[in-house]
Amino acid sequence: MRLALASRRSFSLPRTPALAFAAALLASASVAGAADYPTAKVNTTKLAVTDQVVKVGILHSVTGTMAISETGSVEAEKLAIKQINDMGGILGRKIEIIQEDGASDWPTFAEKAKKLLVQDRVATVFGCWTSASRKAVLPVFEKENGLLYYPTFYEGLEQSKNVIYTGQEATQQILAGLDWIAKEKNAKTFYLIGSDYIWPRTSMKIARKHIENVLKGTVVAEEYFPLGHTNFGSVINKMKLKKPDVIYSAVVGGSNVAWYKQLKAAGVTAEKQTLLTISVTEDEVLGIGGENMKGFYSAMKYFQSLDNPNNQKFVKAFKEMWGADSVIGDVTQAAYLGPWLWKEAVEKAGSFDVDKVVAASPGIELKTAPEGYVKIHPNHHLWSKLRVGQWDANGQAKVVYESELIEPNPFPAGYQ
Amino acid sequence: MAGYTWSEIGSIFAMQGFSGLSLFCVFLLMALGLAIIFGQMGVINMAHGEFLTIGAYTTYLLSRWAELHAPALLDYMFFVAVIVGFLLAFAVGYLVEMGLIRHLYKRPLDTLLATWGLSLIMQQTFRSAFGAREVSPTLPGWLLGSLSLTDSIEIPINGLVVMGLTFVTTAAVFLFMFRSRWGLRVRATVQNRVMSGCVGIDTTRVDRMTFAIGCGTAGIAGAAFTTIASTGPTSGSLYIVDTFLVVVFGGAASLLGTIASAFTIAQAQSILEFFSSGSMAKVMTLLAVVIILMLRPQGLFNLRIRR
Repeated sequence: MRLALASRRSFSLPRTPALAFAAALLASASVAGAADYPTAKVNTTKLAVTDQVVKVGILHSVTGTMAISETGSVEAEKLAIKQINDMGGILGRKIEIIQEDGASDWPTFAEKAKKLLVQDRVATVFGCWTSASRKAVLPVFEKENGLLYYPTFYEGLEQSKNVIYTGQEATQQILAGLDWIAKEKNAKTFYLIGSDYIWPRTSMKIARKHIENVLKGTVVAEEYFPLGHTNFGSVINKMKLKKPDVIYSAVVGGSNVAWYKQLKAAGVTAEKQTLLTISVTEDEVLGIGGENMKGFYSAMKYFQSLDNPNNQKFVKAFKEMWGADSVIGDVTQAAYLGPWLWKEAVEKAGSFDVDKVVAASPGIELKTAPEGYVKIHPNHHLWSKLRVGQWDANGQAKVVYESELIEPNPFPAGYQ
Repeated sequence: MAGYTWSEIGSIFAMQGFSGLSLFCVFLLMALGLAIIFGQMGVINMAHGEFLTIGAYTTYLLSRWAELHAPALLDYMFFVAVIVGFLLAFAVGYLVEMGLIRHLYKRPLDTLLATWGLSLIMQQTFRSAFGAREVSPTLPGWLLGSLSLTDSIEIPINGLVVMGLTFVTTAAVFLFMFRSRWGLRVRATVQNRVMSGCVGIDTTRVDRMTFAIGCGTAGIAGAAFTTIASTGPTSGSLYIVDTFLVVVFGGAASLLGTIASAFTIAQAQSILEFFSSGSMAKVMTLLAVVIILMLRPQGLFNLRIRR
């Protein structure tokens, strides 16, 4: 492999034997770090791994409607990869990124995934955001035996050999948050509201079961609005009539902004109404405006304001790379974990081969995670904590509750 | 409605009435521009939403500027933004007509594709210029919150502002269309282009101004909507379906029809949302519109004289 590389290089140089020899020397000298891990050994499946470089894919939408959400993930992944490279890379090889744009279009995601796996032969892919895009690429990853690190909190009900889920599945995000608010606010009645697609609907189903069966509370209404809906006047009036103890919200996208602006305008503020959401991170607050979110709660595993040394380092590095104004939401942090978890797994496996990396993944711990400590479960999700943050007018959240590490349970019995 | 006191029901009735009216104003304001462009000129402008976005970003930029450099002006900035939003959208509309639309007047279906493409280009331009994330214009304090009429009746101030703006804009459009010489020329050109040209109306110029004014009106709507909804590269496109719905349902050529249709759809949706649920209300509204359009393909009002 190394020889082949040297001789291929020599074609671009003057074809004197001496120079070719020198080039070969140079090539072998520069990979000293990787000497313990010869390419032939760490790459038996024809991945894009050479003595110097390992290629990985980033597959997110940087154009189209989803660019709003996915930009942060791209930035976090690039930061992690840069930091890993600065530390000397993985098995002595620098990581090289091939970035593709899913363009907020699910067939495009599948097509680009195929390109990354078949044509570029990348060792792993960090990408996808919506469940729809993940479902679109899943068959490709399973057929081509690729590896995907998926950062978004999502509805669960999925587990694939070829995917590591670095965000929380629904029960991790929902149950502890509901327990807390029921206890803290002595809440008995809940008004569930969400955008109309798979994630809010699955999440609300789980929330309803938990409220009715475990908390012995009442769901006074469960409502969904089409994506992009911008008028919430009527539903706000209905809420005023029903006076729920808690509004539990999973409204997303542009609707989210309209929803909170109109709540505030209708006089529904945190002083009068408790609201807990699972769909607002620092990214969303940027669009909503901190003054409209003030006092409301979000249940997430990560907030930018987390007070621990890992996170302070992470936030500082992120702002240095992407600007002092940048904010970091839950998914951005989860995306940041991807490259690090992959690094740990590759080093444990001593190989880039997908099967070996996957086999090495369960049990991988990351003590340097900004969210604290995470560990990969055999079901490919992460053990993680749930935190409830209360928003202030500056768009930052104060953590008011932190759970123990929660075991991921993508197929929760009794909640389906 | 069992278990509620009369005063509760009364106040909900009042607030529900207001939210129906406020939805009506939102629909009317976003549809006015398209009623001119699609209704009067027959141009299927899929990029209408992006002209709204121009207004929205104008508000964002101006409020940001005011916040940084002249905090004292922030209170008035919203109205400045409405006017500047109109002017900017007007200017862009003027250029778009000149560069694109005027070549397609004889091929109305092609305008659909061309303006769809234009809408994608504009969205990506916003994304490149302002970033993919949504932004939040700083609104002056007086625009936030609500007026408490009684303990339980609270009227959103931003709703009132949108309402006021809608009345002013609608009145202005009506004066322009039906009381000014310009409006006379526009209506003449719409009814019979060749004859209008013969009597000395510069139809090219009329087209350009009409299109630009339609776009400018969208700019006003965009600026107004920053108070109630999001500001991002694709914010405008959230309104495009409802906008076409209102204009088509009202009868394409009739401004009065647009008003009637905005009122009907808004009230239907607002009442249905109250008594059923969000997605269901939308489905039922659309279903009703489809049935009415099947029975009355020309829409609610039909003033058009076939060319």
